[in-house]
Amino acid sequence: MTKVTMTVNGKSVSGDVEGRTLLSSFLREDLRLTGTHIGCDTSQCGACVVHVNGEAVKSCAMFALEADGADVTTIEGQANADGSLNTIQQAFQDHHGLQCGFCTPGMVMSAAALLKDNPKPSEAEIREYLEGNICRCTGYHNIVKAIMAASGQDVSAIAAE
Amino acid sequence: MPKDTGIGAATTRREDVRFLTGRGQYTDDIQTQGECAAVFARSTVANGKIKSIDTSAAAAMPGVLAIFTGEDFAEVGGNPAGWLINSRDGTPMHEPKRPVLAHGKVRHVGDAYAAVIAETVQQARDAVEAIEADIEELPAIVNMKDALAADHYVHDEIGTNQCFDWGWIEDNRAATDEAIKNAHHVTTLELVNNRLVPNAMEPRCSIGHYNPGTDEYILHTTSQNPHLTRLLISAFVMGIPENKLTVIAPDVGGGFGSKIYHYGEEALVLAAAKKLGRTVKWTADRTEAFLTDAHGRDHVTKIELALDEEGNFLAFRTETMANVGAYLSNFSTATPTFLHGTLMAGNYTVPLVYVNVKAVFTNTAPVDAYRGAGRPEATYSLERVIDKAAREIGMDPIELRRKNFVKPDQYPFASAAGLEYDSGNYDALMDQMEKVADKAGFEARRKESKAKGLLRGFGVNAYIEACGIAPSNLVGVLGSRVGLYDAATVRVNATGNLSVMVGAHSHGQGHETVFPQVVGEMLGIDPQSIDIVHGDTSKIPFGMGTYGSRSLAVCGSAVVRATEKIINKAKKIAAHMLEASDADIELKDGVFSVAGTDKSVSFGEVALKAYIPHNFPLEDIEPGLEETAFYDPANFTYPSGAYCCEVEVDPETGKVRVDRMTAVDDFGNVINPMVVTGQVHGGLGQGIGQALVENTTYDEDGQLLSASYMDYTMPRADDLPFYIVDHSKGNPCTHNPLGVKGCGEAGAIGSPPTVVNAVIDALQSGGKNVTHIDMPMTSHRVWSAMNNA
Ligand code: FES
Ligand code: FES
Repeated sequence: MTKVTMTVNGKSVSGDVEGRTLLSSFLREDLRLTGTHIGCDTSQCGACVVHVNGEAVKSCAMFALEADGADVTTIEGQANADGSLNTIQQAFQDHHGLQCGFCTPGMVMSAAALLKDNPKPSEAEIREYLEGNICRCTGYHNIVKAIMAASGQDVSAIAAE
Repeated sequence: MPKDTGIGAATTRREDVRFLTGRGQYTDDIQTQGECAAVFARSTVANGKIKSIDTSAAAAMPGVLAIFTGEDFAEVGGNPAGWLINSRDGTPMHEPKRPVLAHGKVRHVGDAYAAVIAETVQQARDAVEAIEADIEELPAIVNMKDALAADHYVHDEIGTNQCFDWGWIEDNRAATDEAIKNAHHVTTLELVNNRLVPNAMEPRCSIGHYNPGTDEYILHTTSQNPHLTRLLISAFVMGIPENKLTVIAPDVGGGFGSKIYHYGEEALVLAAAKKLGRTVKWTADRTEAFLTDAHGRDHVTKIELALDEEGNFLAFRTETMANVGAYLSNFSTATPTFLHGTLMAGNYTVPLVYVNVKAVFTNTAPVDAYRGAGRPEATYSLERVIDKAAREIGMDPIELRRKNFVKPDQYPFASAAGLEYDSGNYDALMDQMEKVADKAGFEARRKESKAKGLLRGFGVNAYIEACGIAPSNLVGVLGSRVGLYDAATVRVNATGNLSVMVGAHSHGQGHETVFPQVVGEMLGIDPQSIDIVHGDTSKIPFGMGTYGSRSLAVCGSAVVRATEKIINKAKKIAAHMLEASDADIELKDGVFSVAGTDKSVSFGEVALKAYIPHNFPLEDIEPGLEETAFYDPANFTYPSGAYCCEVEVDPETGKVRVDRMTAVDDFGNVINPMVVTGQVHGGLGQGIGQALVENTTYDEDGQLLSASYMDYTMPRADDLPFYIVDHSKGNPCTHNPLGVKGCGEAGAIGSPPTVVNAVIDALQSGGKNVTHIDMPMTSHRVWSAMNNA
């Protein structure tokens, strides 16, 4: 067991982990931050996406030890300070960008990373960026639309209801 | 003017807030003090004789608490099929035992033959590696045709690999044969409905808990229908009395059919919890999900359509082999029969339908209902052969369909496949589709594609399906071993807010938002004061769960009936409070008033009175305000639709891109159009996935080649377009109180043939004489078809 210390959602945390402990397990099991989900065992689904030092990473593909000293943000750290939904979360609710909610934390975290680098992505850029996030429920339409709306684009012309 | 609350309002979902902030609680999120972990030893061969299992080395490993093998469950029951099918000769289907853990033989890759319980998952995994199982590999039975001819069997004791040989409608067989023999034109098509893995994003997970003080068990599990799971465990598998077993399905990350069924892992964690006096948890990894979740589709079909000189349909004759895998999963026998054969008249006035289905055991994972369940298979066969017929006889595919549609004045319509359609207007849907899809602009778009060197195709489809499963009497006659009603309790609390306990389970469908819209509308109160309780057998009267697009049509009807009872009783209380007669009480906007007067009491005052029954007519009515209703539907509901797809095919590579996808559906009345649209989107994504990219492949040894996201292609955001969805042309269902039909599966039913028809249209427009390509239409398949044509 090795001690790791990191900042998670603004709070300093530490724990003892094995070399093989994944960051996703550390978050879910040790810190009980179960909003980060595990949907696969081949780093393909994106349900586990978190931010490490501001970059989107698949937390199932990183050892907890590799995040020693890092600044980690998870879905639990996304809401505004008063607890209300942030712009991306609110857009997902407004545009029905989630159904079962299982892929949702990863989608929101990926969307946040995308908008940080590309504040007004096109539909094609969003679809391409989400290559590593699988959703089985929504057919992606409302996810793409929500991300466009969150970036301030007018989505009223996109067929919906 | 769109409404902003109640029935018809596009209310955003209240459940979203917890999911968007990471506060959902899925089964694997539950962590209990002192829990231990179960890991399964799974067969690496498709067919094998278990000669011995030596667990001694594993048992001595660190942290190991117990090891179970098939021997431990030899005395308990098997997991049954829910539907008894009789073969054409009247003999019942073969129903081999499906044990908790394989015993004697392993029958597919992934079949569990032992389970290790240890302090941690890692310790259990390490111990599984140390189990010494001597399993003699036998030749695998994979291909259905070979299976029917083989002289060795998946289940030796039944001496055949054919589960049943079913005919529908058997009395029409000779007449159908005759009609086909004498017809002016017969179109024949052989096709494969490709095997799919449902792939809910949340893998299955089960947690068993046992309280020795009360002899009670609790199972937390990823289920679409916790009551059915409890019933199966209690009545068939383990004999735990229902009053000693609580099944809880908390937030569930998608189901699509795969979480309807009871699986052996659920029984195992309960047995282990009792043995150890510890909470026992098992979570599937994605590989296990691929190997052991019930798969979908997997039909090999020959369909013939007989037409007269004018293009009138005379008969459909279908021969299908349906793979049921190694064991009969709970709905596996109903899916290829009554959910498939009964839909084989489609939207058409065809007089004769005959369907023969041979269900075949193979050394593959069990196959069962997956989004659509039988109806996608029916629609695919029908709508592909109709398209092919249109080309053969030189008629426009839309015109040929219109010519044979059931017309609006023909309802109720008795279809040649034995169903009674209550309502619909297929021409109106087709009109609307042509409009919203901008059919008129297609030729111009085709030219633009051509200028880019691409072939553009236009494909259409008309479907009908049967939802709102199902009238218990009818399904009882047809072989179902359960009733298919649903139940709800409406509890008005003393302070005027409501808890509504429903048998339907929500795992993405938005029940927590939609059901309160219904109750709120009926009572004239704010839906926000109403909460739905679902997924816990200890809190809910009963329920048959969520599948077959039944939640609103069946459980929603139970909610309506229970709310009506509430209104009746509340009116009596109000009448007493207002010193009037019950008959004179009116309820409007949450206020009870005496007709023609200004005397009134609010809903909240009545609720309080019911629980503080001072000056209360106790001789006439009981205190309290809580009512339960069970609702058994009078018929199936019949959603229908007209779909169209435009694809671009790159003739150089065979790559297909869906450019436009339009779904026009008749769902009857719509409670929340936003949620309904979302359901269609999801179905379209899965249907296009089936048409273009998804496939489940076993090699000849029965090894699953597509057992991860590296090998099984899931549709991604950049495989799919924005969709055009319209449900403005609904015709209310005539036999349920909400007039609703069900929208959960339509997209997955309607889209696959639409996409294939579009690709064929594209290729033919490019001068290629390609009449069929099996799904998934990968670049390779399309390119090969073009180059062999
Ligand atoms: S769980 Fe990390 S990518 Fe699937
Ligand atoms: S909302 Fe269910 S997987 Fe995306």
